Amino acid sequence: MSPVSITENPFAGDNSGIQKRETIARWALRVGSYIVVFITVAIMLHIFIKGAPVTFQSKWPFVNTQFLTELPATLHVIEDKQGNHYETDVNGADAIKKKLGDNFRAEKTISYSGGGILGPIVGTALLVIVSVGVALFLGVACAIYLSEYAKHGKFLEMVRLAILNLAGVPSVVFGLFGLGAFVLTAPVFVDVPADRSVFAIPLGFTTLSFEGWDTCVLSGGFTLAFVILPVIITASEQCLQAVPQGFRETSMALGATRWQTIRYSVLPFATPGILTSSILGIARAAGETAPIMFTAALAFKDKLPWQKDLPPLPADASIFAHWEQSVSRFLGIFTESVQALPYHIYTLAAKIPQNEYAERAQYGSVFVFLVLVASLAASSVLLRKRLRAKYRW
Amino acid sequence: MAAETPAPASAEPLIQVEKFNYAYGDHQVLFDVDLNIRREDVTALIGPSGCGKSTLIRSINRINDLVESARVVSGKIKIDGVDIYTPEVDVISLRRNVGMVFQKYNPFPRSIFENAVYGLRVAGIKDRHDLEEAAERSLKAAALWDEVKDRLHQMATGLSGGQQQRLCIARAIALQPRILLMDEPCAALDPIATARIEELIHQLRGQYTFVIVTHNMEQAKRIADRTAFFYKGKLIEEDDTMTIFNHPSNPLTESYITGRLT
Ligand SMILES: Nc1ncnc2c1ncn2[C@@H]1O[C@H](COP(=O)(O)OP(=O)(O)OP(=O)(O)O)[C@@H](O)[C@H]1O
Ligand SMILES: [Mg+2]
Repeated sequence: MSPVSITENPFAGDNSGIQKRETIARWALRVGSYIVVFITVAIMLHIFIKGAPVTFQSKWPFVNTQFLTELPATLHVIEDKQGNHYETDVNGADAIKKKLGDNFRAEKTISYSGGGILGPIVGTALLVIVSVGVALFLGVACAIYLSEYAKHGKFLEMVRLAILNLAGVPSVVFGLFGLGAFVLTAPVFVDVPADRSVFAIPLGFTTLSFEGWDTCVLSGGFTLAFVILPVIITASEQCLQAVPQGFRETSMALGATRWQTIRYSVLPFATPGILTSSILGIARAAGETAPIMFTAALAFKDKLPWQKDLPPLPADASIFAHWEQSVSRFLGIFTESVQALPYHIYTLAAKIPQNEYAERAQYGSVFVFLVLVASLAASSVLLRKRLRAKYRW
Repeated sequence: MAAETPAPASAEPLIQVEKFNYAYGDHQVLFDVDLNIRREDVTALIGPSGCGKSTLIRSINRINDLVESARVVSGKIKIDGVDIYTPEVDVISLRRNVGMVFQKYNPFPRSIFENAVYGLRVAGIKDRHDLEEAAERSLKAAALWDEVKDRLHQMATGLSGGQQQRLCIARAIALQPRILLMDEPCAALDPIATARIEELIHQLRGQYTFVIVTHNMEQAKRIADRTAFFYKGKLIEEDDTMTIFNHPSNPLTESYITGRLT
């Protein structure tokens, strides 16, 4: 029997720097991730703590309906000699001053900080509807053409490059482009062209005049559409490419045309992904400020887009006249300028003196905005899940 | 359809491949292929991987037109004497007459019924009754009816692999084509499912002209009347299946079927 030799452990770790470097690398990566998480959570918490009390309340209905359903207004803060503060609007201010009489010490007014933010919410919603509609139509058409029809080659590469570059253009440039293209020169049908019309094509019964759409939802929506177009095109193209080539071959082997193949055997299966990307596009469009500054948004507007003084119809007006007026009222919504959430936040943050009263509207707006974006993102995830389950291959 | 055009002298082949040269870009993959495929025969195409079997079969219904770099260098493929690569030929009606079943069974992620009638729908047939009748007819022909008749409106992707492949066959024959091209139809199936497909081909023989690519020598022996052996893009030999397997005239053929050539 040979004696049990005490051999060295063959699996002992070597003590060269390798292990040490491994540990350092792991910790560096971990710390990096923690910093990111920490900052994100800090931002979210900060906004939540400051913003949630503005939007929610402890009493029924638990949501501050005033903040969500009123237009922005100037906040009046009145101080009496005992140091009590009364927050109120214009009308309230007079009443309180009268009541206080001699006890009145000072009055402060803070622009935009009273009332609510219904105007900006509505404006942003309208801008998003127009921009996503336009961007989806153009983007999906473009993606289908690139992925299903275009031949590989120089031209396709150039188009791709152009789209990539479009994604890199600063958004303020889109704003200026929108100003030039949509606000000042887009074509409209008019009876008499305005002086500023770039040129006009008489069509007999009307004139097609390139005089622009003015600052309005339509101009802003189209401008935003171009901001999110690259995202939508790229994502849609990827979704189309992800549909198995076998579906196309089988479909065409069964005698389908190319368009039928796309319509029945490619698009339905790419739709979940396209919708997901478009919802992320919504979040992007809702958050952009620069593209709408010159094209659609106002710092302040005391009317909702549909609150317009149309001449009252005569009592005996026909159904048709009523109908016509409703349609024009509806279409008129899109030719109005609006307030928008991101621009409103910018105004609140940069254009008015900062104090504790301004803070309320600021954090409230930011909070509402984040909730909207987060629920959009969540719905995109849900939508994708449901559609994925339906169209699985 | 085959019944409407009785072969004058059954000598006239249905598919004539004449001096066919085919390339992907600059890479030629078929060289001077001359092959006659007789009406209502089952013809097997065999040969080592990459020899161009799929390319040839996919040229017969011009589905390879979808491959961007693919092009006919020279030569012709005629069906019923008509050169199918001339501009007068409409690929859509060509493909309605030349059905195809692929290696990977790939029903659309739709209902069984919708899969079965896809070709009819895109051909513009809307009448519910006609579609139902056609679905039943083709599913019966593909020996699938009994297994799926109670769940026609469930997803086709829920079927077993063998059932999915038979659904693909049903989908192809719903258009009542004259020719059925099958590119390794059993390659993704287990032996039992394979046996069912072979049985199906036996049942359908005589109604369609089959061209089947297979890597399975035994399968070729079992189902094919004629067998064509390809090697490196060239047709080496084409003859009665029994002759090919028992008395091949080319030594290459012999070494391939005996497994000495890959
Ligand atoms: N889409 C394509 N683009 C370029 N070359 C291709 C393409 N498809 C096939 N080829 C080439 O053409 C040649 C023949 O291919 P093909 O698919 O016809 O062979 P095959 O006999 O079917 O092989 P397998 O038995 O493996 O299916 C191969 O060299 C292959 O690399
Ligand atoms: Mg092949």
